[in-house]
Amino acid sequence: MRKISLDRLDALFAAISKAYTLYIPTDTKAGAKFEKWHGEERLSDALNTVRSPKDFFFPQTENLMDFKVEGKNIEVIDTRSECGDFAVFGVRACDVKSFDILDRVFLSDPVDSYYKNRREHGVIISLACTKPAETCFCHTFGIDAASPEGDVVCHKTEDALYMEARSEKGEKLMSAVSDITEDADSAAVDAQKKLIEDRLAKLPLAELSADAFGDGKTSEFFNAPEWSELSEACLGCGTCTFVCPTCQCYDIKDFNTGHGVKRFRCWDSCMYSDFTKMSAGQPRLTQLERFRQRFMHKLVYYPTNNDGLFSCVGCGRCVAKCPIHMNIVKVMKKLGGSKNG
Amino acid sequence: MQEIKREVLVNKAKELLSDGTVDRVLGWKRGEFDYDVTPGVFRSAEELDSGFVWGDFCGANFSKYLVKETAKGEGRVLVFLKPCDTYSFNQLLTEHRFDREKVYALGVPCNGMLDISRIKESAEGIVSVCEEDGKVTADTLYDGKKTFDRDALLPDRCSNCKSKKHVAYDELLGSDGEVLDSGRFDEVEKLEKMTADERFAFWQGELSRCIRCNACRDVCPACTCEKCVFDNPDSGVENKAAADSFEEKMFHIIRAFHVAGRCTDCGECSRVCPQHIPLHLLNRKFIKDIDEFYGEYQAGAEVGSRAPVVNYTTDDIEPSQAVERGEQNA
Repeated sequence: MRKISLDRLDALFAAISKAYTLYIPTDTKAGAKFEKWHGEERLSDALNTVRSPKDFFFPQTENLMDFKVEGKNIEVIDTRSECGDFAVFGVRACDVKSFDILDRVFLSDPVDSYYKNRREHGVIISLACTKPAETCFCHTFGIDAASPEGDVVCHKTEDALYMEARSEKGEKLMSAVSDITEDADSAAVDAQKKLIEDRLAKLPLAELSADAFGDGKTSEFFNAPEWSELSEACLGCGTCTFVCPTCQCYDIKDFNTGHGVKRFRCWDSCMYSDFTKMSAGQPRLTQLERFRQRFMHKLVYYPTNNDGLFSCVGCGRCVAKCPIHMNIVKVMKKLGGSKNG
Repeated sequence: MQEIKREVLVNKAKELLSDGTVDRVLGWKRGEFDYDVTPGVFRSAEELDSGFVWGDFCGANFSKYLVKETAKGEGRVLVFLKPCDTYSFNQLLTEHRFDREKVYALGVPCNGMLDISRIKESAEGIVSVCEEDGKVTADTLYDGKKTFDRDALLPDRCSNCKSKKHVAYDELLGSDGEVLDSGRFDEVEKLEKMTADERFAFWQGELSRCIRCNACRDVCPACTCEKCVFDNPDSGVENKAAADSFEEKMFHIIRAFHVAGRCTDCGECSRVCPQHIPLHLLNRKFIKDIDEFYGEYQAGAEVGSRAPVVNYTTDDIEPSQAVERGEQNA
């Protein structure tokens, strides 16, 4: 384990920046946001960023390919290029876990080469949560905010940042900062973990359980009468899906440039009325069906197809951002019955 | 703190349910915290007792919910309307969007609704919020109790409240207020005084944060089209993603044009924006221009009024004057 004094964070960021494009969470007018580090940006003290870091691997929009049309000939132009190495600093335990969930979708056969390209070049420097928010419930899904995963795992104490490599990519990054970091034992980190664990136990959502949900529960919940009340106020906007670190649905569309076509993909939302529209129309006609789809996917369908792994990481962004304050916590409490008190 | 207590609303709702005036109640449902209330339908006294909330975080405007709720059955629905909600209510009636006979409207005075994000700017990990004598105290996970002046926590739509007067109701709880001489166009004037480049940079900065979640449109009482053109793959303008940095502006500017003369300035668009974009300023610019061009007009002040932009009088401004004015501001 290595450490560096907090007043030397700039030196650390500068050293990382020499080999990687570095992004850190920094405060903006609209809350904390991952921004490219140029030298002036300061590390945010916010509990987490407003938007998740999924954009680094699965951006909101990206060009997939171009078509050039001349007469009766259509030329397909591959627009892919090798991504440069980049590092994302300060990723929380919940968001690190979200990459596993996205990997199972995008890196399963057929592999998504656009996603894979970024994933291979991205280094995740995680940061344990010193102050989990009142909306946090990552522990519900077995995530430990005190001990995040990641290529390099960091703990921030009052005066120092402790860093430990956990992967080959992480070792490589740490070797780039070996001159400015020093060896450290784990005493301070152990104390920090204990502090975080005590705080996690006191969170308002500490008792929330996902035990009622998971693999094979489709028939138990699909026709539950509670969906009607839960979805009645839903506006059908895409806020929850767009701030969610694990929502991975997208649409592929063509943009006519006049002399060719740009084929791009963009995030889509199962809450939208035109989601997955087919020749026969949108398969889910009512907002109840669309709403149910989102939560069944997180709590039942995904775990059914992925060895019981839930596709919610309890980051609490939807809890904070839904315009009508309906969210997965309320859904779990309503449908989970006695297991959620 | 609100003038009328929760019990008054609950008792009134129970009374109207039991005497058969209404068969359901549109109200605010309790959440996990003090600030995360959800609009919802109550059908019994028991449901009202256990889940109904009324307080400083009941900002949601129910008028638009009436479009869908009244279409569900023959019975009447009870709705609570704050003064600004009543303007949306009238505007929707003007546009024949719901059946007035299926609604029993209770006017509720409003002392302004708090914006939790204002508290979150300086306090994190909020477990509870309470109020006493104009001071709001937030109990936090790590910084103990933090106290704020209530006025500092009001969103723009409330600190610049346009009216405490209810323009529609079947029955009023408490006393009615007056139309206010608010400073709601002050921010617009600041934008007008900017150079075109400065103004462009301002909106570029704000709108570049847009994530196209459509929450502003979906909550807007003036946006009740059965199928929005931006959701229609056959329209040719559907854009789930911005092809370039101008498209976010296009969406918001087109939407502002579309609701011009019908927007009552309820401010729901800015309340729900997850990216804190001050969208209401676009609408206020239109309202201010309409006032200056055609004389003062407040959408929703009465049912059936013809908005100046869809009406013709011989006193109307000539297009050339509008062009000239635009050039002066460029």
